[in-house]
Amino acid sequence: MRHHLILRVVVKLLVAPIALFALYVQFHGDYSPGGGFQAGVILAVAFILYGIVFGLAKVHQVFPPWLVQKMAALGVLLYAGTGVLSLLLGYTYLDYGAFTPGHPEHGQHWGILVVELGVGITVAAVMVAIYYAFAGRTPRINDEDW
Amino acid sequence: MAAATTVPVLGIIDQLPLLVVVVPMIAAPLCVLFGNRTIAWILTFAASLASLLFSLHLLLQVMDGDVVSYWLGGWGPKDGGIAKGIEYRIDAANAFVLVLISLISTIVLPYARRSIEFEITKVSHTLFYCCYLLCFTGLLGVVATGDAFNVFVFLEISSLSTYVLVAMGAERDKRALTAAYDYLILGTIGATFFVIGIGFLYSATGTLNMEELSVRLPELGTNRTVQVGFAFVVVGMGLKAAFYPLHLWLPGAYTFAPSVVTAFLAGTATKAAIYVLLRFLFTVFNPEMVFNTDALSYLLIPLAVLAMFAGSLIAVFQTELKRLLAYSSVAQVGYMALGIGFLSTTGVTATMVHLFNHGITKAALFLVVGAYVLRAGTSFTDRLAGLGRQMPWTSAAFVIGGLSLIGVPGTAGFISKWVLLQAALEKDWWWMGLLIVASSLLAVIYVWRIVEILYLQQPRAGKEIAEAPLSMLVPIWILAIACIWFGFATEMTIGASETAANSLIGGRS
Repeated sequence: MRHHLILRVVVKLLVAPIALFALYVQFHGDYSPGGGFQAGVILAVAFILYGIVFGLAKVHQVFPPWLVQKMAALGVLLYAGTGVLSLLLGYTYLDYGAFTPGHPEHGQHWGILVVELGVGITVAAVMVAIYYAFAGRTPRINDEDW
Repeated sequence: MAAATTVPVLGIIDQLPLLVVVVPMIAAPLCVLFGNRTIAWILTFAASLASLLFSLHLLLQVMDGDVVSYWLGGWGPKDGGIAKGIEYRIDAANAFVLVLISLISTIVLPYARRSIEFEITKVSHTLFYCCYLLCFTGLLGVVATGDAFNVFVFLEISSLSTYVLVAMGAERDKRALTAAYDYLILGTIGATFFVIGIGFLYSATGTLNMEELSVRLPELGTNRTVQVGFAFVVVGMGLKAAFYPLHLWLPGAYTFAPSVVTAFLAGTATKAAIYVLLRFLFTVFNPEMVFNTDALSYLLIPLAVLAMFAGSLIAVFQTELKRLLAYSSVAQVGYMALGIGFLSTTGVTATMVHLFNHGITKAALFLVVGAYVLRAGTSFTDRLAGLGRQMPWTSAAFVIGGLSLIGVPGTAGFISKWVLLQAALEKDWWWMGLLIVASSLLAVIYVWRIVEILYLQQPRAGKEIAEAPLSMLVPIWILAIACIWFGFATEMTIGASETAANSLIGGRS
């Protein structure tokens, strides 16, 4: 898309705010609408938009496929690991009250924050992975042939 | 959550119902994070072994009819209120199935290393183990949970990873992709039906907890919503269990999946679905509900008999060993359905025994096929000629597995058919006994066909085929010996199955 000057400039401007907004949705999930899934999708959009306009090779440099795979696994581990931590503290699985025994509400708050972070990481990685999988196929019609 | 209260500190024994499921679940992302084939295999094997030990301990705990209940996240019912969270509820029935699943997985895994090195490119090995673990987690979760919706969630975890595992067979045969796609479509329809059914039940009762459902559903009588829910649940799960007219995904998926995957799935996946069906038919829905009894006797029994004959008949004419065994599985699922249809404790005992015995038998047979694929490069029957002489140990195990499949006395298969016969005679259905024996004779035909090819035909000229490597022979023979062992030592299987059957329907009928 070398000839789409406006698109290139606008996307360059947009990518950073999109990523920032993803973080906002991520960490305000417990106060306002949002949470891990939505944040993950928004974060993935930043990469996908960049990839669409600047090409797969460029976005692979920023977020290489092997890292995408690891991140997807990391998020799941973060979620499950939070549960295991409460289990190790002698509570039932995913009972976040375990983290601040005197004040379970705070524990619930911390627990859900970490779990949502795990969800966000995995969702972002999986969305990007799906984009990579589709974009990685060689198109039947070249972009310039239209 | 309620204000701070003193929470009893739980030890590892209290956590067992959860650990069975969570240990493999944690191991799955770790496999990807380490990204090393050997570490991934060690993790997978360790997780599988841990699950086996945990589920054995659970089985011993509940053998005398106890129930172990575990509420996730401390969201149990407070002060006699309704359940808010997810419960894991272990009784003899699901502990028995948990043992079966983790046992087969633990035996199959040492075999897997060599087999997938041959059948799958090295790059995908860690992902293979990750998917395998997820599938394993899903199956264990489906069985362990006492929450109807949670069953659906775990069902999807296991199904989605199964589609990937089946598609990995595309390295050797591109048709694995269409087989996986067929399974994806049908499996998704099954799961959707199941969740629609759960939705109806939830709208009628306001709870998803199986124990609470079983209390509230009889109060509703012949409520139309409940009946529709029942229909959706039974058809959805029937699809997953490959009950006869809904079996179409099974032959393709079993034929084209990598050999290890086929062996693992044949021993576990349909078994977990049958367990869920049992749980719904007998615990969640009361067998005394009119529509339940009708569905079982007028629908399930004819279809089961049809499956026994049609599955075996189609198997007789197959020219590919995996496909032959897959159709035989369709027939064997028929026997399990028949046991359910008898609506008696003996019938359900027969289903549970057959679940276990057929699980080990079929896993053994499919492992043998995997060894043939490794050495002879194919599982088409005409290419297996004379392998009985070139691979004597592997082929001997096939004969033992085949005998168990037929139900020859002295093998595990005989025990389950014997209990099934008893259940038929208990009802004075002698003709059903004849049908069971007649369909077993069909099994003789297809097993003998293979034995004849293996032993009585001349080996193909100019091809030196070596015996399977030790890492594959040992798992094959563990299962083959188990086929004989459980033909004599019946206290464990029948005892556990009876307790399981009693905990499923004992209190009611």
